[in-house]
Amino acid sequence: MADVILSVKNLKKYFEPHQNFAQSLAGGRQKRLIRAVDDISFDIRRGEIFGLIGESGSGKTTTGKLVMKLLEPSSGQMIFDGEDVTHLDKEGTKAYRRKVQMIFQDPYASMNPRFKIRDVLEEPLIIHKVKGSIAERETMIVKALEEVKLTPADEYMGRWPHMLSGGQRQRVATARTLILNPAMLVADEPVSMIDLSTRAEILRMMKDVQQQLGLSYLYITHDLSTARYFTDRIAVMYLGRIVEVGRADDIIDTPLHPYTQALIEAVPEPASGKVEVIKELPIYGEIPSPANIPSGCRFHTRCPYAVEACARDPEPELTLDGMEHYHACLRAYEIQEEKKGGKGAMPAWRVAPAQGRG
Amino acid sequence: MNSLLRIENLQMHYFTSKGAVRAIDGVSFELMPGETIGLVGESGCGKTSLGTSILRMPTPPGRYVSGRILVDDVDVIPLPEKEVRRDIRWRKISMVFQGAMNCLTPVYTIGRQMRETLVEHSDIGKIDATKLMEEYLGYVGLAPEILERYPHELSGGMKQRAVIATALFLKPEIVILDEPTTALDVIVQAQIINLLKKLKARFKLSFIFITHDLALEAEISDRICVMYAGKIVELGANARIYGAKAPAHPYTSRLLAATPRLFGNADQLQFIPGTTPDLISPPEGCRFSPRCDRAFGRCFQEEPPLVEVEPGHMAACWLNGRG
Ligand SMILES: Nc1ncnc2c1ncn2[C@@H]1O[C@H](COP(=O)(O)OP(=O)(O)OP(=O)(O)O)[C@@H](O)[C@H]1O
Ligand SMILES: Nc1ncnc2c1ncn2[C@@H]1O[C@H](COP(=O)(O)OP(=O)(O)OP(=O)(O)O)[C@@H](O)[C@H]1O
Ligand code: SF4
Ligand SMILES: [Mg+2]
Ligand SMILES: [Mg+2]
Repeated sequence: MADVILSVKNLKKYFEPHQNFAQSLAGGRQKRLIRAVDDISFDIRRGEIFGLIGESGSGKTTTGKLVMKLLEPSSGQMIFDGEDVTHLDKEGTKAYRRKVQMIFQDPYASMNPRFKIRDVLEEPLIIHKVKGSIAERETMIVKALEEVKLTPADEYMGRWPHMLSGGQRQRVATARTLILNPAMLVADEPVSMIDLSTRAEILRMMKDVQQQLGLSYLYITHDLSTARYFTDRIAVMYLGRIVEVGRADDIIDTPLHPYTQALIEAVPEPASGKVEVIKELPIYGEIPSPANIPSGCRFHTRCPYAVEACARDPEPELTLDGMEHYHACLRAYEIQEEKKGGKGAMPAWRVAPAQGRG
Repeated sequence: MNSLLRIENLQMHYFTSKGAVRAIDGVSFELMPGETIGLVGESGCGKTSLGTSILRMPTPPGRYVSGRILVDDVDVIPLPEKEVRRDIRWRKISMVFQGAMNCLTPVYTIGRQMRETLVEHSDIGKIDATKLMEEYLGYVGLAPEILERYPHELSGGMKQRAVIATALFLKPEIVILDEPTTALDVIVQAQIINLLKKLKARFKLSFIFITHDLALEAEISDRICVMYAGKIVELGANARIYGAKAPAHPYTSRLLAATPRLFGNADQLQFIPGTTPDLISPPEGCRFSPRCDRAFGRCFQEEPPLVEVEPGHMAACWLNGRG
């Protein structure tokens, strides 16, 4: 398929747990693999912004690192631009990473504090042995800084990372990825630490760049509210699995999986009348450990709609329900009906005991 | 009702080799008992600086230039450090620092670090810390075993709960929360906001809630205090700021337009062109004037004072006429 730039098939990443000293002395508990990414498949189309959404610990960054080839998959396949890139040698990886660039989650950690901004931006040019005179490099650096609106560029080039605000640091991180003209960007929470106006500006800037250059993005975030503006399609990830995928508007207007519904409920909206209210979230407790994934539907331990059948294997698979809209909930249809028809019928989470809810 | 905390014309500047960064430049407001005030504004506008100033610990090279910080009608600025540690910091006013949960050292247990935070900022000598720590962990929904655990063994939400417990430990009346949920995902954020509301009711706390996220302020703050370039530009009730009527300061309006809404008009997010000013030499007149699409002649020459534009609603903008 010509319009797909990246195709991910049945990708898994399992980590070996590292036991601490006390545990190994005690003879070791049974080792359980950490199933951080547990069989996911998706396609990113050329020129598309594909969002990967989920809570902390759902496996988004691990997926991003697999796509970046910073991690070797445990199994599965990745095809980039028609080429199998699942396993690449050192040279192949380097060439791939020039085409697929990453913007890191934490702009503080991604920059050497002893590099001035000009050096931070020059580093990828050196790593990838980009040819050019000092003046040409200077021009590229200035252009990249201007693309992310750090102007006048020469004023910023001489600064150290600690002399920048969080927002400015993230812009530098973005400039750093753009400088190599990549085909695809993996942006892992690129704006989560940034204030709203700058966030809007950076997302707009990233979208402009994307449209101008026909780039594809894998945009990773826990926040659906920016995803609506920014992405074309969204995959919702829970505990290593994609549980719903579809067009951004459909995911947000008609979420079919209870987990997606919880993510939506949790988003704060700028409206009054909420200060005295304790928000009832349709989800219980915290995300379980990926070393101990629940049976059946892996969400059933936190799902307010779960029934006995949900805990039984096999796990529900993604099924098509609407235009390009897939979900993996056994009860999606019943839940929709319950919401539509049942005025008297309280959703289970409203009558369930408050225990375990934040 | 008497205010719990009154800030009068506070100036706190960072005296750097390049000049004085006017991070807090004439700020006045009152915090009432049981109230939550939300401090909101873009990165670099002085929110953290105001928080640490109130805690009487501006970061070097920051120094108070003028003004008063009245706690129980006593100005804390001239107090000797010893008295601040004994009576004010952590006992009267405590703070959840920006990024605190990510600053936990990987090699020490949570218990040790909670204790060290307390020792560093206040005078807790004679208290049986462990017992109290366990008690407070209970209030934030954590098991006592957490004290023996290392930061990497805890989720972000658990670490932030531990940090919040630390701030409550010496029974303060005012808690300054500096971006307490920024590094957390939306679900944990919502859980933490619920927790804060419950703690507030239980311990009769007052909060100063700092965030850049106007949507989040809507969830928790009774009054919203919008800062720009070291100054308050608008201060008004939640219902007024987020109500049908536009805010009284263009900066607030623009910030609201930059706030994503899940179910609003999803065409495009607005942003405020330009960047926040250099606080060593801020712009003449209204500090927002270079970025304000409604600025007129006077805005570039005279600085608008913060005045009451409607009962209980303050704004500093010449569009409101008075001054
Ligand atoms: N190298 C590793 N060894 C062991 N476990 C790991 C490793 N990397 C990640 N994990 C675990 O895999 C799970 C998924 O982690 P990941 O960082 O991908 O989540 P995430 O969705 O990006 O979360 P966040 O929103 O917090 O960034 C977590 O439980 C994490 O602890
Ligand atoms: N220790 C310091 N020395 C010099 N300048 C400082 C120092 N700390 C902060 N500043 C400057 O003071 C101004 C206000 O910073 P502050 O950290 O209070 O902003 P903020 O509103 O909390 O921003 P953010 O949303 O990014 O946390 C900024 O211009 C900042 O660069
Ligand atoms: S399958 Fe059952 S447990 Fe899983 S999301 Fe649907 S209702 Fe909830
Ligand atoms: Mg991550
Ligand atoms: Mg701050």
